[in-house]
Amino acid sequence: METAVRVVNLVKKFGNFVANDNLNFEVSKGEVFGFLGANGAGKTTAIKILCGLSKPTSGTVQVAGFDAYHQSEKIKQNIGYMSQKFSLYDDLTIKENIRFYGGIYGLSSKFIKQKTDEYITQLQLEQYQKRFVKDLPLGIKQKLAFSVANIHNPSIIFLDEPTSGVDPITRRQFWDLIYAEAHKGKTIFVSTHYMDEAEYCDRITIMVDGKIAALGTPNNLKRDYKANNISEIFLLLARGIKSENH
Amino acid sequence: MNNAIIIQSLSKSYGDVEALKNISIDIKTGEIFGFIGSDGAGKTTLFRILTSLMIPDHGTAEVIGFDVVKDYKELRKNLGYMPGQFSLYQDLTVKENLNFFAGIFKTSIAENYHLIEDIYKQIEPFKNRRAGKLSGGMKQKLALSCALIHKPKVLFLDEPTTGVDVVSRAEFWEILKSLKQQGITIVVSTPYMDEAALCDRVALIQKGAILTIDTPENIVSNFHEPIYAVKAENRHKLFEDISKFEATKSAYWFGENMHWIPKENFDEKSLENYFNMLNYNNIYIQKISASIEDVFMELMIK
Repeated sequence: METAVRVVNLVKKFGNFVANDNLNFEVSKGEVFGFLGANGAGKTTAIKILCGLSKPTSGTVQVAGFDAYHQSEKIKQNIGYMSQKFSLYDDLTIKENIRFYGGIYGLSSKFIKQKTDEYITQLQLEQYQKRFVKDLPLGIKQKLAFSVANIHNPSIIFLDEPTSGVDPITRRQFWDLIYAEAHKGKTIFVSTHYMDEAEYCDRITIMVDGKIAALGTPNNLKRDYKANNISEIFLLLARGIKSENH
Repeated sequence: MNNAIIIQSLSKSYGDVEALKNISIDIKTGEIFGFIGSDGAGKTTLFRILTSLMIPDHGTAEVIGFDVVKDYKELRKNLGYMPGQFSLYQDLTVKENLNFFAGIFKTSIAENYHLIEDIYKQIEPFKNRRAGKLSGGMKQKLALSCALIHKPKVLFLDEPTTGVDVVSRAEFWEILKSLKQQGITIVVSTPYMDEAALCDRVALIQKGAILTIDTPENIVSNFHEPIYAVKAENRHKLFEDISKFEATKSAYWFGENMHWIPKENFDEKSLENYFNMLNYNNIYIQKISASIEDVFMELMIK
């Protein structure tokens, strides 16, 4: 199977503090890969490196075939990114946001216009067209952000807590969008605090204190830890060893 | 005083958006009352009105005997509020923030230390660190300490656990339980349905209206539709097939299972037959009791 993300012995230090302590994992093309961990476990640090925004201290990191040390610009062109905290510009309208992101990736006006129409129809945004993004319900905003993160047809999409605070029905619709893209061969790299969503991933990893504490399919992990659900495993691994020292 | 909070016919609009639609609720003294709903449900607007930070368009609200509009000065001395956005001074240290909040309420850290001790001792090792440099979990604990330092009778916590990991969420609810033991009425909002079970009573809130108010146990037991957990090897195919099935009223993923609610006059036999017709192997179908999230979603669709 084709490899989308390859991480070998990744270490990231800030001064004496080891944020990522020798991480090893691979993500295959078309896989939905769940990235779990307590706040401060080192998830954001790792995601920043995988997105080409930060350089590793040591180790090998390849994303979409590009090297994180020397080809971070190439990585950025070939990935999409959205987060719960920041995804779209609040004081731009839906269309302006799409045009802005399309422009950043150097897409033609004709293509951007076509994509704009496509998203508005697909996500049923007709009634919101002229509104500023800040006036959109969070669920709609997040669905739009996901589409926009996909506008330049990246091979990997990074989703950082995309569903935090979203209502339970929209949260599930969001996962329908994720599945649809994964079926087209897109690789999805997603972090979440909803443990039911961990079960929707092909494989998950649980980070604890900068290290990977568990990695596998949800079913295999439940079997290995004799747990009924991922939440139990998470609590088992993260409780006790969790520190608040950073 | 039996009721700590009496809310009558409260409404608030922003332009043509109705944030709260004629809401009436009584919250009992000493209970943990949860507003369960997602972003845009109206939780924050309601909290701002109840903490006297915003004036309602219609209706009245009384908190521990004080009218939220007329008696706001007295009310503010007696309530603690932890807003959804981190609102402490980022460039003051942990200790300076706490001193500041104690100071404006004309008290001192020493005077009410017993109230915050369990929480504050967890962040005390970092008391000289600036609040802006704290981790998410520590910020949350500091904000709670600051909201408690003047010994409020009622505490409002607006989405204290959004974006917080499972472990820290569990710890936070332990803290709330111990505060309840001290007689503080706690009003908390959350988008996490599993936290509803930790409240004495909850209101499910959606688009400015209350869907239901009851104890978590009653909300679940008053839900009379049959509900089944369904599992199959190919998740994607299961989802597609079950969505197409004429007997399906609703079907949603809950972790590894799909929760299936049949239309009237259908049951697990209908589903079994359907799967047999489609040549499914290893199908798992089990009748289950509804969770708060099941109930919430069914009420949302109504």
